[in-house]
Amino acid sequence: MREAAIVGYVQGPQRRYAGAANESELIMPVVGEVMRQTGVTMQDIDFTCSGSCDYLQGAAFAFVEGLSALATVPPIKESHVEMDAAWALYEALLKIWTGDADVCLVYGFGKSSPGELRSVLTLQLDPYYHVPLWPDSVSMAALQARALLDSGAASERDLAEVVARSRVNALANPNAQLKGRPTVEQLLAEPAFVSPLRRHDCAPITDGASAMIVASGDAARRLCARPAWIRGIDHRMETGILGARDLTRSPSARLAAERAGVARGRVDLVELHAPFSHQEIILRRELGLANEVPVNLSGGALAANAMMVAGFDRIGYVAGCILEGKADRGVAHATSGHCLQQNLVAVLEA
Amino acid sequence: MATQPEILTKSFELGYTYTRSTGPLIGRFLTGLRERRIHGVRASDGRVIVPPAEYDPQTAAALDELVPVADTGTVTTWCWVCEPLAHHLLPHPFAFALVRLDGADVPLLHLVDAGDETAMRTGMRVRARWSDDPRGSITDIACFEPV
Repeated sequence: MREAAIVGYVQGPQRRYAGAANESELIMPVVGEVMRQTGVTMQDIDFTCSGSCDYLQGAAFAFVEGLSALATVPPIKESHVEMDAAWALYEALLKIWTGDADVCLVYGFGKSSPGELRSVLTLQLDPYYHVPLWPDSVSMAALQARALLDSGAASERDLAEVVARSRVNALANPNAQLKGRPTVEQLLAEPAFVSPLRRHDCAPITDGASAMIVASGDAARRLCARPAWIRGIDHRMETGILGARDLTRSPSARLAAERAGVARGRVDLVELHAPFSHQEIILRRELGLANEVPVNLSGGALAANAMMVAGFDRIGYVAGCILEGKADRGVAHATSGHCLQQNLVAVLEA
Repeated sequence: MATQPEILTKSFELGYTYTRSTGPLIGRFLTGLRERRIHGVRASDGRVIVPPAEYDPQTAAALDELVPVADTGTVTTWCWVCEPLAHHLLPHPFAFALVRLDGADVPLLHLVDAGDETAMRTGMRVRARWSDDPRGSITDIACFEPV
């Protein structure tokens, strides 16, 4: 397999509401900045791939408008996933592994603020059995949280501790949307939102975009003194039949972590894409992480959760730590769908 | 002298001119609901899945053996929607729940109209409240209610 590495990553501002800025205007600054930082021009890019959700804009092929942020003349090779951009990165890696590309631009964007996000995400579900009942994304997660609490694997205090740690970690992240120093007692005193979840157990609604340059071995060494090598990456999914899953476990995340080789070395940091506090507890268990490994130093998805970007941002954050020399080996996870249905795990090394 | 190009015109109405079949398995399930009967499907491992899955969640084998199940069951997990959204089917606070119907092994997702959160607990017994006007939809079960 050809080597591949992340040589640049830029995250844009993470905001509750980006105002009149459209998707192209969210993308343009981050793409421009990642190209400036890496010295890559559009002519150097062999393949471009993006991740976003057309349902947020409410129009088929809405993602095409995102290409207005790029110079697409002369014509470029381009693709898109209707998933988190972590899967767009995977598609770019396929191009590199098969020898089709050496330098790839990957970006994710989500203007999550228009519309009612909880209900928009309902449309990801089975159209005959689920959608007519309008189970929203928070309610779906709350079903999972209750199952986890009932199983005894976590308590409401454990959930609050995840949130408190996220808020404190986010203080060091200038891009984080939610940050602070709430105590566990303060969090537990908050009323239920969709019981057993409180509002703070749920990721915020975020508008944002991020961009990355990923390159094959020789190109990566040419572009970057200390690339973040992708030493393992795997993604797995579970059945869409909600009742057939043990919601307290994530066998797909466990398998992806095994296949990506998480256990093959020391782990300096982990970024888990857990849009709900209880999901971090489930993922920690499945990835078999030692207790002392720092999790979500960025604040994670509870600090900012631009739709179809937040999983990609987990990979970007770990890559950034390696590029800056703050870490030598890190693990990043991304999820898509409801109740951790699909999971991707990547292992990055200096 | 240039000739005027011939301009062709045609009226156009945007519409989806197709109908979509729910297929032999989902269709039989939905037709059953119209008659206030609930069916599951027997999976490769013998478990009964409600609502019926077209393909086995473990082996991906095509499934077709429908099994009648009761309209009573047990709540396996639930959440309480304190403030219903505009799309929700009940205007007052309610529960989403996974309900394992009697005769089934895999629970189905639906609503429980329990009045108050204190009436909800994992393991509680519920019964389907049928719609007055069943049309062959999952919403022919209006919701479940505590027994």
